[in-house]
Amino acid sequence: MVLLSFDWFLIIEKAILISIVIVASLVIAMYETWGERKVAAFIQDRIGPDRAGFGGILQPLADGMKLFMKEEIIPNSSNKFLFVMGPGLAMLTAMMTSAVIPWGGHLEIMGRTVPLQIADINIGILYVFGVVSLGVYGVMIGGWASNNKFSLMAALRGASQMISYELAMGLSLIALLMLTGTLSLRTIVEQQSTGHWNIWYQPLGFIIFFVCALAECNRTPFDLPEAESELNFGYHQEYSSMKLGFYLFAEYVNMFISCVIMATLFFGGYDIPFVNDAHLYEIWGNWAALAQVVMLMAKVIFGIFVFMWIRWTVPRFRYDQLMNLGWKGLIPLALANMVITAVVALLKYNNWHF
Amino acid sequence: MQSLTNRVKPVDRKPMTFLEKIYLWEIAKGMMITIKHFFRRKPTIKYPEEKREFSSVFRGLHILNRDEQGRERCTACGLCAVACPAEAITMEAAERKKGEEHLYREEKYAARYEINMLRCIFCGLCEEACPKDAIYLSQTFTPSNLTRAQFIYKKDDLLIPDPNKDPELYAKALGDRKKPQ
Repeated sequence: MVLLSFDWFLIIEKAILISIVIVASLVIAMYETWGERKVAAFIQDRIGPDRAGFGGILQPLADGMKLFMKEEIIPNSSNKFLFVMGPGLAMLTAMMTSAVIPWGGHLEIMGRTVPLQIADINIGILYVFGVVSLGVYGVMIGGWASNNKFSLMAALRGASQMISYELAMGLSLIALLMLTGTLSLRTIVEQQSTGHWNIWYQPLGFIIFFVCALAECNRTPFDLPEAESELNFGYHQEYSSMKLGFYLFAEYVNMFISCVIMATLFFGGYDIPFVNDAHLYEIWGNWAALAQVVMLMAKVIFGIFVFMWIRWTVPRFRYDQLMNLGWKGLIPLALANMVITAVVALLKYNNWHF
Repeated sequence: MQSLTNRVKPVDRKPMTFLEKIYLWEIAKGMMITIKHFFRRKPTIKYPEEKREFSSVFRGLHILNRDEQGRERCTACGLCAVACPAEAITMEAAERKKGEEHLYREEKYAARYEINMLRCIFCGLCEEACPKDAIYLSQTFTPSNLTRAQFIYKKDDLLIPDPNKDPELYAKALGDRKKPQ
């Protein structure tokens, strides 16, 4: 009778939530490709895709269809198992992060409180970092298994870049975590719901985090693993069909997730600015939770737009410049930020007495 | 060193200032430029729906003309083929038989008349060379075909519709240029 005492409602609720989150992040990643092309076009005084559907709204479907129709090529000299596993790993790590993100407040369904978060674990941000650092495996394995010198070099670049920038990213977050005093993402959001977003306390930390997020997502100006003028096509040179699509897709999912985390940590997450959310819950009920989700999405979409805006403005860094910026620029800056924050936090803790 | 022209711009080799070294300010300036372009009016012409305005002397695909009774004007004199710098035009002459007066204007006509549109440079010299006003360049452009062979336009492709039988198609093929005499 152990099974009967199990909370089946919880399983169903989480299963629904997980499928919604996965489908939503895939659809958003799809439309990011469309958005990217549109933003690129508009910045370059063009119109961009506008033939498939109204304003090219069906373009991502056409792109996906094209990728599925392409011939699947696995090079003879490649390590076949790892070659297939590479894009899968990239996608898996990209999707796993979304488990701990609070997408909104909570819904009241049949007398139950359903939080809009898959798992509210108390080490949320640590989990995110653990999964994100696994993301380098997709790049590494794909690049190595292709048995191609260019891919291997691109993979090495990607790995060293991700590892170097993860350091600065972690350090910039330590300063933030000293202020929040918790690793749970939901608690961090709730602390900001008074309107005092963390960006006001940690502007420098935010800038470091943002730059590192660009590097982690392999976005311009840090897209050295895909530097096509130097490395042909980068680590996914040998890939074709939907395996290539998975790599490109994983990149966009990563971008979405990193924007969500940025919004959660620094911009109050699902908090609606200038509005008392708890009061809103009394008036609107479940609609307030949906409004919060929409608010989070608005913040995220703005973040994604900034990512794209930067991509189509800034040229690529040279490799030594990249390493200089990471190790000699961002890490000392993050350390200094951490020390200053620690001093101020300690002072505040002692009621401003030395 | 004295420069030969006064258009020389010396390379700026000053060391970067602090603002330039931290990149951020410069990147922000660059982003301001791109966002200005983001909201700028786009010069794109959406081709199949909108068409660019052409001048009345635009040189498009060729048309073999007919006179007002619908007879072919071309006499296969070969002046256009001689004038053609790309050697895109070939033709074969034939003599008009009795009873074909309603088809051909003069005693000699072109039995075969071909223009290779892949060779043609649309210079309009054939139009200038023609003494009978039989060939001119219309305002049709961007032909598309599946094979190279189909780009060799035969007489059927080039002849203008009969002004008496299909006046509408005739007017369309004529475009908005002045009517030939």
